[in-house]
Amino acid sequence: MADLIKLTAAEIAAKIAAGEVTAVEVTEAHLARIEAVDEKVHAFLHVDREGALAQARAVDAKRERGEKLGPLAGVPLALKDIFTTEGIPTTVGSKILEGWIPPYDATLTKRLKAADVVILGKTNMDEFAMGSSTENSAYGPTGNPWDLTRIPGGSGGGSSAALAAYEAPLAIGTDTGGSIRQPAAVTGTVGVKPTYGAVSRYGMVAFSSSLDQGGPCARTVLDAALLHEAIAGHDELDSTSIDAPVPPVVEAARNGDVKGMRVGVVKEFSGEGYQAGVMQRFNESVELLRELGAEIVEISCPSFDLALSAYYLIAPSECSSNLARFDAMRYGLRVGDDGTRSAEEVTALTREAGFGPEVKRRVMLGTYALSSGYYDAYYGSAQKVRTLITQDFERAFEQVDVLISPTTPTTAFPIGERADDPMAMYLADLCTIPTNLAGNAAMSLPCGLAPEDGLPVGLQIIAPAMADDRLYKVGAAVEAAFTARWGHPLLEEAPSL
Amino acid sequence: MPGITREEVAHLARLARLELKDEELDHFAGQLDDIIGAVARVSEVADQDVPPTSHPLPLTNVMRPDVVRPSLTPEQALSGAPAQEQQRFKVPQILGEE
Repeated sequence: MADLIKLTAAEIAAKIAAGEVTAVEVTEAHLARIEAVDEKVHAFLHVDREGALAQARAVDAKRERGEKLGPLAGVPLALKDIFTTEGIPTTVGSKILEGWIPPYDATLTKRLKAADVVILGKTNMDEFAMGSSTENSAYGPTGNPWDLTRIPGGSGGGSSAALAAYEAPLAIGTDTGGSIRQPAAVTGTVGVKPTYGAVSRYGMVAFSSSLDQGGPCARTVLDAALLHEAIAGHDELDSTSIDAPVPPVVEAARNGDVKGMRVGVVKEFSGEGYQAGVMQRFNESVELLRELGAEIVEISCPSFDLALSAYYLIAPSECSSNLARFDAMRYGLRVGDDGTRSAEEVTALTREAGFGPEVKRRVMLGTYALSSGYYDAYYGSAQKVRTLITQDFERAFEQVDVLISPTTPTTAFPIGERADDPMAMYLADLCTIPTNLAGNAAMSLPCGLAPEDGLPVGLQIIAPAMADDRLYKVGAAVEAAFTARWGHPLLEEAPSL
Repeated sequence: MPGITREEVAHLARLARLELKDEELDHFAGQLDDIIGAVARVSEVADQDVPPTSHPLPLTNVMRPDVVRPSLTPEQALSGAPAQEQQRFKVPQILGEE
């Protein structure tokens, strides 16, 4: 049983399809692992034991009937608690939705079910996906399986920690400023932010609508590609969904190769604030790509220096508008309704009680940035910066096929270290944010352990919009070369829980 | 750039429908001032002739044929309501006595 949890998603699906193991056995092994370690890790907010076993039994029955199984049939998955799940609590890591049971499935949830993926439960996250450490969850922080006193990244720390703790071979995250890639980097796993609009946002609780993007988290590049293909594609329920074919990501992941490719190193992603061990592993990755036959080009994207500032005006502005729906009238928490107070007073008391400090901070920041006297100076200017960043990317992709950088400036920091210093916390997403502003695609994958603290370092690969397959082609080649060099996947060096 | 005062934070909280406590007003005033100070650099490009980008995709209004389709039942739609009455959301008073 124990070895079932170490298998990749592709291996599990193949074994189930071949009848070597049942989906129920695989699901039970993962549920047992969750029971054994999740008290320490706290990756899950809700485990749907009965639902998962029922889905697994359905897959086994399908196989017995001789029906064809999909590429991920019977594979367990951990779902970020930001996607609605019919009949199963969805809290977005917030007290304001504690106990809320959605009456409908998100499009992504529906697609996972249609692909016969077994949903184990909902994973912990920074409240409303606002944060870089999962410390902003109203239900307590998640620990990094490499060192439980450190953060697992955020906002999707629960999803990445579940992968690194072998509680699930697949997970789903969402990436508004790096919330898939940054947790992947600090937990030694793989995370992909697809092109904006590639995966439906219907039923995904909105934080910053022009930046939010759901995507796959996995332990291998191929597993991420298989999941990418299962969830991507046009959705008529989402007006921002791209109506175009999904790039051939699985094929790319199976044929990793960088020979003759032009790889750009972003000059602005280095220097002050970058941990020495992170830069060392990044520079080794550049060397590796050169050895594998890529041409390395230094690229300057001068406007990237303004990306963090633009992001912390645009994201809070959109959040202050999106979170207006939490008004205590139609769903969620209601506080102070004693028959004497007005609806407006009840709304204000409910939001005070239901939102945590980071959410309040961003709602206030957004309200300020959008207010009439400051609109042009802040929100309007931030949108101009967004144009400049998009132009930087366009110029870069005229010269190279992909860009690379460290995913995060440092390895996982201790829980609590940056909790009272918002600006220090915001720096964790320094390298990931430009991609969200421009809407293109990016991946983080492990590139080694930082020598000074023995913690994972992530390599970020960035591709143009709708060229998500390039991420997988480069990622698979890097992963294969590193795994051969290390003699095993990086995650095997993590301490056992 | 103007600093953010405690009074301004209180005003923002009212606009944002947040009944903040006194200690929160003090705390946020300092933090918001720090954050705004750090991100105000974006205005350095404001004079330039740069068109703003509000969204990574060129958004167009997406229409579908006006056909009745199955949707949530009233019971489903009301299932998460804090209070309900006669198949409606029950809310506190909105208009005053006068």
